[in-house]
Amino acid sequence: MKFNTVIIGGGLAGLTAGISLQMAGKSTAIISEGQNALHFFSGSLESMEEAPQRVVDLFAQAGIALHYNPGYRLMPMGTLKKSTLSLEDISLFPETKIGNKALIVSFSGYHDFFCGFLQEGLEKQGVQCRVQLLSLPELEHLEKSPSEMRSVQIARTMDLIWENVVREIRILLRDEDTVILPQVFGLKDTSVLSRIRQGIPAQVVFTGTLPPSVPGIRTQMLLKRRYELLGGTYLMGDQATGAHIHDRTIHSIVTHNLGNHFMEAENFILASGSFFSKGLRSNPFEISEPVFGLDVEQAEDRSDWYNPEFMREQPYMKYGVTTDASLHAIKGGEPIKNLYAIGSILGETRPELGTGGGLAIRSALEVADQILKQTEE
Amino acid sequence: MKLQEYTSSSHNFEECMKCTVCTAYCPVLQVNPLYPGPKQAGPDGERLRLKDPFFFNYALKYCLNCKRCEVACPSGVKVADLIQAARIKYDNSPVKWRDRMLASTDFMGHLARPFAPVVNAVTGLGVTKTMMDAMFKIDRRRTFPSYSARSFEGWMGRHEKEQAAFPEQVAYFHGCYVNYNNPRLGKDLVKVLNALGVGVQLLEKEKCCGIAMITNGMKAEATKNANHNVKVLSKAVDKGLMVLTTSSTCTLTLRDEYPSLLTVDNSAVRDFVIMATRFIYERLEKGAELHFKPDFHKKVAYHTPCHMEKLGWGVFSEKLLRMIPGVEFTMLDSACCGIAGTYGFKRENYEASQAIGKPLFDQIKTVNPDVVACDCETCKWQIEMSTGYPVANPISILAEAIETNKD
Repeated sequence: MKFNTVIIGGGLAGLTAGISLQMAGKSTAIISEGQNALHFFSGSLESMEEAPQRVVDLFAQAGIALHYNPGYRLMPMGTLKKSTLSLEDISLFPETKIGNKALIVSFSGYHDFFCGFLQEGLEKQGVQCRVQLLSLPELEHLEKSPSEMRSVQIARTMDLIWENVVREIRILLRDEDTVILPQVFGLKDTSVLSRIRQGIPAQVVFTGTLPPSVPGIRTQMLLKRRYELLGGTYLMGDQATGAHIHDRTIHSIVTHNLGNHFMEAENFILASGSFFSKGLRSNPFEISEPVFGLDVEQAEDRSDWYNPEFMREQPYMKYGVTTDASLHAIKGGEPIKNLYAIGSILGETRPELGTGGGLAIRSALEVADQILKQTEE
Repeated sequence: MKLQEYTSSSHNFEECMKCTVCTAYCPVLQVNPLYPGPKQAGPDGERLRLKDPFFFNYALKYCLNCKRCEVACPSGVKVADLIQAARIKYDNSPVKWRDRMLASTDFMGHLARPFAPVVNAVTGLGVTKTMMDAMFKIDRRRTFPSYSARSFEGWMGRHEKEQAAFPEQVAYFHGCYVNYNNPRLGKDLVKVLNALGVGVQLLEKEKCCGIAMITNGMKAEATKNANHNVKVLSKAVDKGLMVLTTSSTCTLTLRDEYPSLLTVDNSAVRDFVIMATRFIYERLEKGAELHFKPDFHKKVAYHTPCHMEKLGWGVFSEKLLRMIPGVEFTMLDSACCGIAGTYGFKRENYEASQAIGKPLFDQIKTVNPDVVACDCETCKWQIEMSTGYPVANPISILAEAIETNKD
């Protein structure tokens, strides 16, 4: 199969690049080995201070509402963190204090949302807290198998019964100015978020749970749907296993499922993520990039990869593939002409691009622009 | 120090990071609280079962074997294989007559075919359905697939010479469904391949791929079929033939379930067994031409069967359908239809089966296509019964859209 661009990795970076190219009329395919880091998405995109409007528009066309509002968001430990561009789930506060009195609401039997930590963190900042656990008959079936009482399972039920939750909270609410809820709402229908906010006479703050992230899964579904609507080919559950390289140019790549049917393209984008997504692999001797065997920045001596003090900054977290200034991936010291690297596989080798979601989006847009510019010439 | 390179766990279960992504994509977990979910049933449970088989949980039978957990897993854990392998290894309860009957598609087809009109009329009767429900716990609300009076193998026998005249040849693993229920699909494939200058021959007596036996605990029977099929596939491959298929589930079974669940070595034939849609797409990509009817028009919605999703070849069916002039194409959201072979026929699964399929049925009704395209026969029964929309294999749609000398 022939495409203009083949993208390896179907997470935030891969989908952003794919959508941008499809919108410009380029044919693309995405190869995605399993689900991605969007399933752990906090809901905020960091270091997006420059030109956020382009990203807001791109997401809006996929049905994802972002708001740009530099300020602070509430973390699951009750602390506050600087944030700018966020999903509508996330409340951004201009100051580091979210309110005076908060009602923290969760569900009995749900262990992935830590009310106690939230309460402790907030009370340190002078916010009075009260915790209430709801027992809803509609969630009883989930409690039967507590190991599977996860955010997404609850969210599926909440899509149907969120009005009951609003009713319960209205009864519970006393003089609190803030209600804190776990992020288990609006998996299918995001209008539920604003309807909950309207239904409760206090400010409602949705706060992160343990994975999977409900806003993240929703974002993944909507971006993928947008990509496919634009005519993109998304190969779910396939794995790039090798490439045909000649004269520092990639001609095609080989995938596990397609076997001897190669994916040919003029450009290739590597957006396969970091260690967790297996974009990078490590063994006791080296850290490597498995598809193309690209150069990976790393300390020579393994004992320098990590800091024995677990909670300290870990050097290996910054490792990634090396690129030239225009994000061409480097193999054996020389750039490959038509292979770009984007997203977290860059590690922090290019700190000016920021981290996490910000790095994914900014590098994806930069590479998409380059590919489009180069075809204009 | 090279220990890491040599440690590998069966079906990769030690790669599990406990990220719970699989549980978000399990269709059963959404509707059946008795099912412990793929993470618990798969890698988590495996650690316990290895310690003591006592920990085997009989609720694993609720797994559909749709493989969506594997497709979603970021760490390459073969979650569904782990679950099915555990059922094969630890579930020693005797196979129910009902399950044996449902799983023996080959045998049942053989029995029913000569009396097809009678069988079809009888299985459609309310009284029969009530009786089957009472006796065998086969849900009475289910519509039974109808049998064809003439088998596909019989038809091929009558056209053997004509097919042999084509300079290029392929073999066709038609499966029980084409042989006993829908010979039309087989004939459609022959029509399309002939138009490409390719003749079709049968394997030397294929047997049912055995997937229904695997999921119904009939390992010995499934292994017997697997060994037989690998043997006849090898004969075709030795003759230099590619073996084409029209059912995504048969294909996945022949290629992947044989080695991973039955430990039957198919390495000599695996790469030569491919879906017909892939073969045809590759031909057209290389410049072969089909002549399409100028006035063909159809609104087609494509449903990717779960096992096609696992094979990763839905893209060939999609591209092929999009190539047909006059086809207005919609890709349906990736979702399980709920039937999963024999699963949905069982009374204890009926409600879960319909609840799993509901989002797909709703989407089909919204799209309102002329036909739903799909490469799986059991999805076809489920979607036709649950939505009223006709379902056709992409090959049949292609056959309808082309002009041949015979037309």
